[in-house]
Amino acid sequence: MKFDLTPRGLRITLYVFLFALILAGFGTATVSAQAPTPTDDEVNAIAKQLFCPVCENTPLDVCPTEACRQWRDLIRLKLAEGWTEDQIKQYFVDNYGARVLSEPPRTGLNWLVYLVPPALIGVGALILFTAFRSWRRLDAELAEADAGSGEEAAPDDEYITRLEEELRQRD
Amino acid sequence: MTENIQETKRGVPLWAQILVWGLLLGLLGLVAAGMVRTKEGPIRPGDKVRDFTMPLFSGYTFNGQSELSLSDLSGKVVVINFWASWCKPCEQEAADLEAAWRYYENGGEVVFLGADYVDTEPEARAYLKKFDITYPNGPDMGTRISQMFRIAGVPETYFIDREGVLRYVQVGPFTSTAQILQQIDALLQAP
Repeated sequence: MKFDLTPRGLRITLYVFLFALILAGFGTATVSAQAPTPTDDEVNAIAKQLFCPVCENTPLDVCPTEACRQWRDLIRLKLAEGWTEDQIKQYFVDNYGARVLSEPPRTGLNWLVYLVPPALIGVGALILFTAFRSWRRLDAELAEADAGSGEEAAPDDEYITRLEEELRQRD
Repeated sequence: MTENIQETKRGVPLWAQILVWGLLLGLLGLVAAGMVRTKEGPIRPGDKVRDFTMPLFSGYTFNGQSELSLSDLSGKVVVINFWASWCKPCEQEAADLEAAWRYYENGGEVVFLGADYVDTEPEARAYLKKFDITYPNGPDMGTRISQMFRIAGVPETYFIDREGVLRYVQVGPFTSTAQILQQIDALLQAP
């Protein structure tokens, strides 16, 4: 391949280069205009973290009502506009209240939801541990007491043995 | 043996007992507060309605303002309609509500207010356009107003007298414009 290095040849090369650059620019614009719409999975990944107040106890991703369908469409629209998951969730909280979230936000009194159950489990475990320990100690003390009073228990045992023997003889 | 029992009792330290009882009492207090709050609603006819502020959809204004407070409407009969674009029964009464609004609009004694419940804005706008609704309308942001009224669903319409006292609640759609006019006229004629 031989390059034309005359001024005319260079000018033509420059024009061709500019033309290719413009074409490349168009190509990029077309690609970005045809950005794929968010998939159902992407929409549902956010939807399953939300609950519509109209359909209580039904996560948004499986809720069949018209209201929920509109919400899912809105999530799709926001994703297509480039919103992040957190931004979309915040939008829903702003518009419909924090109760739409499947997990209460970690603020204010909501912390009780996260702290109280583990605390209660911990306290329960502590109480059980203490109780078991005291029962074991009590058992050990009782066994010790039984061993110490073995001679006193003998007459009782003798009496029971005789009683059982007499009962057998009657049979 | 008595010593043993005393020893066992000493097993749970005093601070732990205080902590457990404190936690239990705190939880009971929270549950009690929740139950009291649950019993507060809904607002019944004869109750004074607490003030609230609602932003209006763009394109809607009231006295040139883009939001509306109930306290601004003192001395007027107020009709608050809760609706949603996904609500089919709301469509049944939309035209009747608009007709009633147009009937009273020029008198200046009655204000209609549409509160859009748990809705998406594009669909809500399409609904307002479809039924040519001109009275002030806005989203019930954070469902605060509907929670205050403790609505059971949509549509529901609340009639508030000039003193700010709730006088009538319509659960479900109106079947005619006359039905709406009847309620408003009764409030306008009240001394």
